Amino acid sequence: MASTISNLQRHRPPATSQPKVTQDPVWVRWLLTTIALLFVAFFLVLPLASVFAEAFRRGINAYFAAFNDPDALSAIRLTLLAAVVSVPANLVFGVAAAWAITKFSFPGKSLLITLIDLPFAVSPVIAGLIYVLVFGLQGWFGSWLSDHDIKIIFATPGIILATTFVTFPFVAREIIPLMQAQGTDEEYAAITLGASGWQTFWRVTLPNIKWGLFYGIILCNARAMGEFGAVSVVSGHIRGETNTIPLHVEILYNEYNFVGAFAMASLLAVLAIITLVLKSFIEWKFQQGRAEA
Amino acid sequence: MSIIATGITKTFGAFKALNAVDLVVPSGKLVALLGPSGSGKTTLLRIIAGLEQADAGSGRIEFHGEDVSNTTAGKRGVGFVFQHYALFKHMTVADNIAFGLRVRPRAERPSENKIAERVAELLKLVQLDGLDRRFPSQLSGGQRQRVALARALAVEPKVLLLDEPFGALDAKVRKDLRRWLRQFHDEIQLTTIFVTHDQEEALEIADEVVIMNQAKVEQVGSPQEVYDRPSTPFVYQFLGNVNVLRDIAAWSATGPIHDNGRLAADGLLYVRPHDIAVTRHEPGALGVPAVFRHAHTAGSQTLISLELLHTRETVEAEISRTELAELAIKLNDLVLLRLRPSHTFQHDYAI
Repeated sequence: MASTISNLQRHRPPATSQPKVTQDPVWVRWLLTTIALLFVAFFLVLPLASVFAEAFRRGINAYFAAFNDPDALSAIRLTLLAAVVSVPANLVFGVAAAWAITKFSFPGKSLLITLIDLPFAVSPVIAGLIYVLVFGLQGWFGSWLSDHDIKIIFATPGIILATTFVTFPFVAREIIPLMQAQGTDEEYAAITLGASGWQTFWRVTLPNIKWGLFYGIILCNARAMGEFGAVSVVSGHIRGETNTIPLHVEILYNEYNFVGAFAMASLLAVLAIITLVLKSFIEWKFQQGRAEA
Repeated sequence: MSIIATGITKTFGAFKALNAVDLVVPSGKLVALLGPSGSGKTTLLRIIAGLEQADAGSGRIEFHGEDVSNTTAGKRGVGFVFQHYALFKHMTVADNIAFGLRVRPRAERPSENKIAERVAELLKLVQLDGLDRRFPSQLSGGQRQRVALARALAVEPKVLLLDEPFGALDAKVRKDLRRWLRQFHDEIQLTTIFVTHDQEEALEIADEVVIMNQAKVEQVGSPQEVYDRPSTPFVYQFLGNVNVLRDIAAWSATGPIHDNGRLAADGLLYVRPHDIAVTRHEPGALGVPAVFRHAHTAGSQTLISLELLHTRETVEAEISRTELAELAIKLNDLVLLRLRPSHTFQHDYAI
């Protein structure tokens, strides 16, 4: 959705370049701008600022002390691990799916397109529950798994699975429209020039989609690190073992350890800011690429 | 390198794009595949290139007597140029042209020096010297199309296939570039097929024109043959203006009609505007009476619209400006029309 809005912005000329007759009266423009800015200030900027304010309330030492806790470190490690596994998995899946959807026609293609969107449509809590039902002790594979001493639910594999599920659409969604717009002529040209499928992918397709791909990856990563609902269901909240950063924030907050909770939350806030900066940079690059084309 | 396609059929779902099409392209010729959109011409070209597969078990493609029906596009040795250039946007002109050489297996790959030499040579050939560092986005449409051509030629293809090569260009550039292509073809003598829907383009530069309609080949011949002696009503109407006259009896009273019986099947007479002679209406003179309705005088020839008195059909005649001046007719004057002897098919003209 966010990308749809920014797509619109990319193609619209700035309002100032419009002829006067097509512009709204001054008061309308001011009113709309003020409403938008106030909304952003109250609902986005203020909470973000308060995260940092709360985190540093007892001073910088208390802030860093919050990270000097084995449970916190374990939560950070687990979050990174979940992202490191799920983002590449979704990258491979996303590129493969986008390639299949845009370059071939096969039965079940529209079903695949619909299914890619499933994680967006379904509540993350349901997503977590699905895995509990399938892999949990009372689930379909539960007895088989416990016989073989494999733990998925209330353990790291479950967290990785849930994270992968909710971040599933990001990469594919971002590059499918891009690859559809670019068509197949360049690939065909490469093939008639004697390139193999692999060479065509690395030398022609990938350079054409690289910015879209980066965009998908950073959004995917932001969601992977920030996911709460699905992970919460499969985690079991075992301290130092199955808590990710968002889960740890909740635990600390419920224990009235505000500095600790907000210090951990500030990590996610910084991640969000980095994501936004990267996102703007990539959009800018994207626009340049488009202007050239 | 000759190209022979025999019995090619291609269906997309319920739509038949090609219906048992045969095509023979003699070595070294420049052949145009001409037809309206949806006639199957691009599909045929793509099947020849190997970018599309003909329906299973339907016919074969031969390059110089060798069956290539099951050879992949990359191994057929074709140079393919796309309507929208399909240049690699992220590569410079030089890198685009070198692409086909760089993707070769290591053993067959020329050294970077050799590649650079070859690129320079090709840039010169397509008259784009000095543009090697540019990106495709910095070139005009005509330049891009020539880069695409140079890129296709870099791998020394045995045949050159062009899909609507001038389709995306504006009228002036299009004309210049097609003349350039003709000269270029005379220089390199590579068997070439190009697809076009522009009859003027096909008639101007091709050695041979293959006219396609509704998944079939309608006629094959030199530009003059297909223009002067169309074998079907479709070809007659597709190549240039034509009057379709219903009243054969009235016209045959003005002089002999010869159409070798080819068009008589539908009981209609197909006459080009320049094969109708216009004379002043004089009592007792021979001719089909018509009313002068309109004249388009912009151009070297004058195209005049006339309404036949008896059938109320509109007929167009093309006469020179001098002839029009000599006629000294005003709008709504009555004139007489006759078929010029030149419209007839010569009997000794065997196809």
